[in-house]
Amino acid sequence: MTDKQKAKAYWKKNLKYLGILLSIWFLVSYVFGILLVEQLNTIKIGGFKLGFWFAQQGSIYVFVILIFVYIRLMNRLDKKFNLDS
Amino acid sequence: MWTWILVGLTFTLYIGIAIYSRASSTGEFYVAGKGVHPIANGLATAADWMSAASFIGMAGLISFSGYDGSVYLMGWTGGYVLLALLLAPYLRKFGKFTVPDFIGDRYYSNFARVVAVLCALIVSFTYVAGQMRGVGLVFSRFLQVNIDTGVIIGMFIVLFYAVLGGMKGITYTQVAQYCVLIFAFMVPAIFISIQITGNPIPQFGFGSSGEDGVYLLDKLDGLHRELGFHEYTSGSKSKIDVFFITAALMVGTAGLPHVIVRFFTVKKVSDARKSAGWALLFIAILYTTAPAIAVFARTNMIETVSNRKYNEVPEWFSNWETTGLIKFNDKNNDGKIQYVADTSKNELTVDRDIMVLANPEIAHLPNWVIALVAAGALAAALSTAAGLLLVISASISHDLIKKIINPKISEKGELIAARLSAVVAVIIAGWFGINPPDFVAATVALAFGLAAASFFPAIILGIFYKRMNKEGAIAGMVTGILLMLFYMMKFKFDWFGGGTKADWWFGISPEGFGTVAMLVNFVVSIIISSFTPKPSREVQEIVENIRIPSGAGEASEH
Repeated sequence: MTDKQKAKAYWKKNLKYLGILLSIWFLVSYVFGILLVEQLNTIKIGGFKLGFWFAQQGSIYVFVILIFVYIRLMNRLDKKFNLDS
Repeated sequence: MWTWILVGLTFTLYIGIAIYSRASSTGEFYVAGKGVHPIANGLATAADWMSAASFIGMAGLISFSGYDGSVYLMGWTGGYVLLALLLAPYLRKFGKFTVPDFIGDRYYSNFARVVAVLCALIVSFTYVAGQMRGVGLVFSRFLQVNIDTGVIIGMFIVLFYAVLGGMKGITYTQVAQYCVLIFAFMVPAIFISIQITGNPIPQFGFGSSGEDGVYLLDKLDGLHRELGFHEYTSGSKSKIDVFFITAALMVGTAGLPHVIVRFFTVKKVSDARKSAGWALLFIAILYTTAPAIAVFARTNMIETVSNRKYNEVPEWFSNWETTGLIKFNDKNNDGKIQYVADTSKNELTVDRDIMVLANPEIAHLPNWVIALVAAGALAAALSTAAGLLLVISASISHDLIKKIINPKISEKGELIAARLSAVVAVIIAGWFGINPPDFVAATVALAFGLAAASFFPAIILGIFYKRMNKEGAIAGMVTGILLMLFYMMKFKFDWFGGGTKADWWFGISPEGFGTVAMLVNFVVSIIISSFTPKPSREVQEIVENIRIPSGAGEASEH
């Protein structure tokens, strides 16, 4: 692979990761926490209504996890393409 | 007494750190020489980000709005996902000092640079005025000094360490400030959680039950129904508005210049990603605790004051009454406090900003905990103020003087200019803190809308769309910010004919309108750019270059 092709393949893979992770980001906050909040609120876990819990707790935990997953994926990708500095 | 000791100790610590790590070059002054460890940078970013509003204001805001308060929780954390995934690594690779640097170089235009500088200044000034006010508020309540004297003391402290230390100084001060503020936030939360639910972890505590075996949230919903408020766990705002406000806050967070610039301070691209992760983790500790505090405080407050005889109220009530932040008006002259939703019958008004500060007193916690909260609130306000002042000074000395007015200025001259502009910025901020214009409170929330409407699309398209050119980006930024300013002035300041809630476009409040303006910015940018010439080969190479992480060196300018 030339450097150019390498950079292109790397970028494509990166975009794929972004697509997947941002879909989860959208799902836990906008879908679970806002759009479907009433439906999820009919389910209760302990003292929490599920939709309310996603809006005030769950989405934040998932955000943290998403970033750390991305860090891992990218570190591995950087190594694979020999692009780590 | 405790308050003076704790505040004195923490202030000495901040100043000591600043003297120890003062800046000696422009690289150190603007971006701490790009040698900050990712965890340290995460801590500093968290302190930089969590302002007086997060520390003092947010839990109170949620306490009074219940589910509707989720917009702040999701909005102000979800933005970090965007930062880590879409902005931080590429901007670090680009490797300059400021956001206008990126806009100016990527769009090969000084006009674009000036637009970016103006946006950065508007956003930062509205924000910093609020911080100074927060400092004044804490001083006046806990140290019994005049609110203006409080602002001036705060000004001197910030002046000292921001001007002397630059980014290098404030980074390490912010690390210390994070530790102080998170400790101060968590200690009372844990105490109160144990008191009410027996669970030491507040995040779980507010989903558990109290001594009577009823789930706390169910009890609170019940109290709310009884008093005529909307249920705590369901909202009163329309769904579309909640959606748009959350989006505006998320995107605005990712577009705030004082947050973005923190990712210029680390050594390499992978460190920029890491520090965004650490930053959000440290922020999440406070942001997941805040809704628990909100529930505890709300329940405690209603149970303590509702239907109680006025001459039997606890001491904290009278203390806050003298500051004018709690008001009681016995409308039906029965000597009891009626706290209900119906405004014609309600007799009690409580300023929601006092909830976090009053919470330890309401729960009868020892004095040193109350002192700790004061020190924490000051740490939160000062760290954010310092970060903002640095953005303002860099915008003036670097983006305006060095890049546009006098490119031949020596590094020494630029450093002097940077320090002088920091001094001027502190004085202006202090002036706003002492004479707060009515619109400050309204505009802080809107600063996010402005950041979302102006910077975010230009930066994202600059990275992800090679074809984007200067015509498109400038047209987008100008339309975005003007549209946002127009909507804000129309519905907040009653200009251009004004209007009420019924006139909102698509039912979207000014706070959420930043999302609409951002979408318009994207559309305008893309349409205009497809009718105007492509950017040159060199510019396209910049874009290709920032997309791969290797070869991010030192700041490439000197």
